[in-house]
Amino acid sequence: MSLSGVDWGILALYLVFVLGIGIAASRRAKSGADFFLAGRAIPAWVCGLAFISANLGAQEVIGMGASGAKYGIATAHFYWIGAIPAMVFIGVFMMPFYYGSKARSGPEYLRLRFDEKTRALNAVSFAVMTIISSGVSMYALAKLIQTLHVFDAPFAQLGLPQAWIFHGAILTSALVVLVYIYAGGLRGAIYNEVLQFFLIVAGFAPLVWLGLKQVGGWQGLQASLGPSYTHAWAGMAHATTNRLGVDWFGLSMGLGFVLSFGYWCTDFLVVQRAMAANSMSAARRTPLIAAGVKMFVPFLVILPGLIAIALTSAPDKASAGLHAPAVAGAIQQHAPGVIPVKIDSATGKPMLDARGRPQLDYDLATPNLLLRYFPTGMLGVGLTALLASFMSGMAGNVTAFNTVFTYDIYQAYIRPGAEDRHYLQVGRLTTFFGIAASVGAAYMASQFNNIMDLMQLVLAFVNAPVFATFLLGMFWKRTTGHGAFVGLATGITVAALHHGLTLPLDNLPGIKGGWIAVTHTYPSEMAQNFWTAIWAWSAGFSVTVAVSLMTRPKPEAELAGLVYSLTPKVVVEQGAWYMRPVVLGVIMMVAVVILNIIFR
Amino acid sequence: MTFDVRLPIGLLFLTIGVLVAAVGLTGDPAVFRAHSAGLNIDLVWGLVMAGFGAVMLLLVWLARKGELPPPEA
Repeated sequence: MSLSGVDWGILALYLVFVLGIGIAASRRAKSGADFFLAGRAIPAWVCGLAFISANLGAQEVIGMGASGAKYGIATAHFYWIGAIPAMVFIGVFMMPFYYGSKARSGPEYLRLRFDEKTRALNAVSFAVMTIISSGVSMYALAKLIQTLHVFDAPFAQLGLPQAWIFHGAILTSALVVLVYIYAGGLRGAIYNEVLQFFLIVAGFAPLVWLGLKQVGGWQGLQASLGPSYTHAWAGMAHATTNRLGVDWFGLSMGLGFVLSFGYWCTDFLVVQRAMAANSMSAARRTPLIAAGVKMFVPFLVILPGLIAIALTSAPDKASAGLHAPAVAGAIQQHAPGVIPVKIDSATGKPMLDARGRPQLDYDLATPNLLLRYFPTGMLGVGLTALLASFMSGMAGNVTAFNTVFTYDIYQAYIRPGAEDRHYLQVGRLTTFFGIAASVGAAYMASQFNNIMDLMQLVLAFVNAPVFATFLLGMFWKRTTGHGAFVGLATGITVAALHHGLTLPLDNLPGIKGGWIAVTHTYPSEMAQNFWTAIWAWSAGFSVTVAVSLMTRPKPEAELAGLVYSLTPKVVVEQGAWYMRPVVLGVIMMVAVVILNIIFR
Repeated sequence: MTFDVRLPIGLLFLTIGVLVAAVGLTGDPAVFRAHSAGLNIDLVWGLVMAGFGAVMLLLVWLARKGELPPPEA
């Protein structure tokens, strides 16, 4: 399958519009507040869609399809348990302090609430994390585009070696994102994210439609895959009786509470979108509107994975009679389906798991489905959707990095007290620097895959306990700066220790854990992740409380607007019922419970 | 002057939609049978995208006429 003129045309049109939006937004990027906070003038629905879009990066689209193929509809827990409750919580309870404190970033809130050192720890780890994650996702996208072989023919015509597809993909996307953020700042990124959101939907919805049509709808999927793929809650009583390898407690505490709230309620990449809203009410509605859309995203990104595995393990025609239909979990050898067997790039042989069965390359589930179903024309739309998801994710990282670097590192420690114009310029330069560093990280990932895995792991330790810091900071006035800092540091240490002392089943000690000693074996990597988070959070929480009780708190007068009990309640819930955060929050929670019941 | 993001969204979806629908109209039916479960997905989805784009443009037009509030004041 290669691209025709129409497909190229669609990709080109997309790039023109994305750049155009950046340039249009640049006319209003005159001050630091414009560039870093989009002038706090964006309507709630735009912020809400940007909030989702910044998360709907290529890694999410590809990764959720892969998990869908591997774990089934239980992957939706990452949305229904792992996102919606936290999004409702930040909208209803936390946003008043983020938006109302007039802090310009997450770390800056920590400085206002606690002290310099807590902010510095959070700012530096966050800045490094955004660069790494944008680099890794850039690498993943370039690798994917190369694997799809859609650009092989045009590159061959130009006489360029195939390796240039990788470089071309990285440099083109980096350059485009650079231009529209450099010009338009956060406003340019947010408006583009809305466009990108609709393109992602336009690219993946028809894929799900065609796929379901072929496998006989949801009933067809249930019939061919069996209950372990199509029920989200079946077998959750024990870690060994479901595909995820976690039990309900690990799932709801680890994913549903610590990881979910840690990400959605504190990660500046998402919080920044809400802080750009044009009023307190709009800021609070942003995550709630986003939640309303987010709960349906699984159907867009997870179903392609389920469809792909249905077409792989029970191929309709090609290998009929060759293998028995899939018993849950049994994956036939060399099934000639949508998902190919993973090939070791060094030896050219199929990669085997610990029990000697060939591993499937789940990451190709969604992209291969796209190649299979989309003819010329729709292929262009599908590739545009992939590119759009990639750019929205990357832009989310870059704008968050810009703000945190400029305000929380540069202004705080390198050059305080300069004019606003100076920081605006620094912000623009930081865009350039941040993207260059991401490209560097992407190439590092292609050279030393393990180093990047290691970096991501270390950063995951940093992130696990941070929700304890924000939660106590916002809702317990007695929390002190020393308590927050020591608690955070303890949480990070405990996360690392827990990882070093435990190992998921079928793995060797090393990057997957157990590098100190193996004292406990988890049924799956996911279970290990969730429990690492639970331990880190609990340690961070209790140490923060203990140290706070031993140290002197800030005077209450300094905490107005930063802590729940010392902030005047927002009584004016003006506007119609559907404008009220609490009402919206209740609706979202009820809706997500209904979804869980349907797919139990 | 206010910026309405629905304008570029509408324009882009309308253009891509018309383009893809045109491919569907002129394309070889055998391709769709082999590829997209027997459905002329180009024509159908092209029209859906074009329709969505048209609705966005209509909203922009109504907002400019002052019948609906602009999204960003």
